[in-house]
Amino acid sequence: MMSNAILSIQDLQVNYGGIEAVKGISFDVPEGEIVTLIGANGAGKSSTLRTIAGLVKPKSGTITYMGEDITGKDPTAIVTKGITLVPEGRRIFPDLTVKENLKLGAYTRKDDLSDDINWVFDLFPRLKEREWQAGGTLSGGEQQMLAVGRALMSRPKIMMMDEPSLGLAPLVVRGIFDIIKEVNKQGVTVLLIEQNANMALKTAHKGYVLETGRITMSGSGAKLLADESVKAAYLGT
Amino acid sequence: MEFFISQILSGISVGGQYALIAIGYTMVYGILRLINFAHGDVFMVAGLMMIYLSASMPLYISVPVVLILTVLLGFLIERAAYKPLRSAPRMSVMISAIGVSYLLQNVALYVTGGQPTTYPAIPFISKPVNIFGVPTQWVTIITPVMVIILVVLLTMLINHTKVGMAMRAVAKDFEASQLMGIKINSIISITFIIGSFLAAVGSILYFTKYPTVVPTSGAMPGLKAFVAAVFGGIGSIPGAVIGAFIIGVCETIIKGTAFTVFSDAFTFALLIVILVVKPTGLFGERATDKV
Repeated sequence: MMSNAILSIQDLQVNYGGIEAVKGISFDVPEGEIVTLIGANGAGKSSTLRTIAGLVKPKSGTITYMGEDITGKDPTAIVTKGITLVPEGRRIFPDLTVKENLKLGAYTRKDDLSDDINWVFDLFPRLKEREWQAGGTLSGGEQQMLAVGRALMSRPKIMMMDEPSLGLAPLVVRGIFDIIKEVNKQGVTVLLIEQNANMALKTAHKGYVLETGRITMSGSGAKLLADESVKAAYLGT
Repeated sequence: MEFFISQILSGISVGGQYALIAIGYTMVYGILRLINFAHGDVFMVAGLMMIYLSASMPLYISVPVVLILTVLLGFLIERAAYKPLRSAPRMSVMISAIGVSYLLQNVALYVTGGQPTTYPAIPFISKPVNIFGVPTQWVTIITPVMVIILVVLLTMLINHTKVGMAMRAVAKDFEASQLMGIKINSIISITFIIGSFLAAVGSILYFTKYPTVVPTSGAMPGLKAFVAAVFGGIGSIPGAVIGAFIIGVCETIIKGTAFTVFSDAFTFALLIVILVVKPTGLFGERATDKV
């Protein structure tokens, strides 16, 4: 196993709604990289992220973060330690203003937030324009920006993203992936799951293929993109 | 004219008392989507505790103690009867709420032996006063003033503090709130604490005017407050307050006519009319008011 892994998953098993969603997977997330898990619907991608975030308790296995066992810790502890999840469907708070959404992202922090809010506004000038608007009035792409900005407010070391491109127009999707690269350049490790395998593998340093709860293949993004079986199953070429 | 003023005054006062209970219903509904059937009984228990405590200690101690114990009761009910059912179907939690309601009534019956107990006269607020030549008690004036102060404070808490922001977030989305690091159980507890505190204040004002407490004393005001919350659009705090004042005034006006025996039925008829015209209640559609 790689020694520079900031997050390391060992033999993770998760039962979810009576179904064995994740059947013993192991993978590493190297610090500073973009890592993607690709796979079809129901392959266990979301369950994996939800378990790391602390929303679901695993049946067995360990999650190690910066050398510390964080398996089964509650979501508050996980986010405080520096792991954040941008959930599927964005899940911004529609009644709260853009600024309040951002402030909630930093809920566990007690220090001054103005620098971070300015940082997010620099990344997403559109959010600055809409600072006082209710989150629910934003477009899909803007809501995704808000969801990412909100996640960044916790000053994460790892940002996990669950299907960030879902339901967005192709042009907007490209924008989202540019954002992911930009966030990564600023030093945040990214763990991304996507059905849009093409975009995900092009963006990621490293990829894992998840099939019905197991990891069946891994390698650099470029290697997986070129792989015939990945092409056939996920890239539609 | 004097009669009319006195009816309006007493209607506003009753409405204010309903409002203090209704806020508890509407806030709990806003956050848990639960009709907390035990809320009216918490109100009754606050009344009983006041009777027993004021018998053995001076009012400046017994009033704060009653407020604290009522808050504690609300907190414990949530922890014991609702929290274990957090992921259960909503119907199960509702049954649990009905169970708590009867438990409180039965305990009250056991403790009082079924005898109506007389509420202590609280000096100052039960003192008589003349307004526009109409004799009434200070409590009639104090109630609406108190309601307005408490509602303004509560609105400030919800709109301008970190806890309030978390309450609005939890009311919308448990899971996303957890991802922010919000401990949803703490936020839910705070909601019950606020609701119970307001019910305790309401009980002091209410029982000063209707000075006997029986185990079912909470049922009718509780039901009226619930109707007020639905009337105003359940989940909305301003809705609950305005609904309560409207119901209080209408009810008192009916009570001043020959149809006084129909006053309770009238309250529900009013609710039905509103729900037919506006199914979400007066303020139910404005999602921003949901808490």
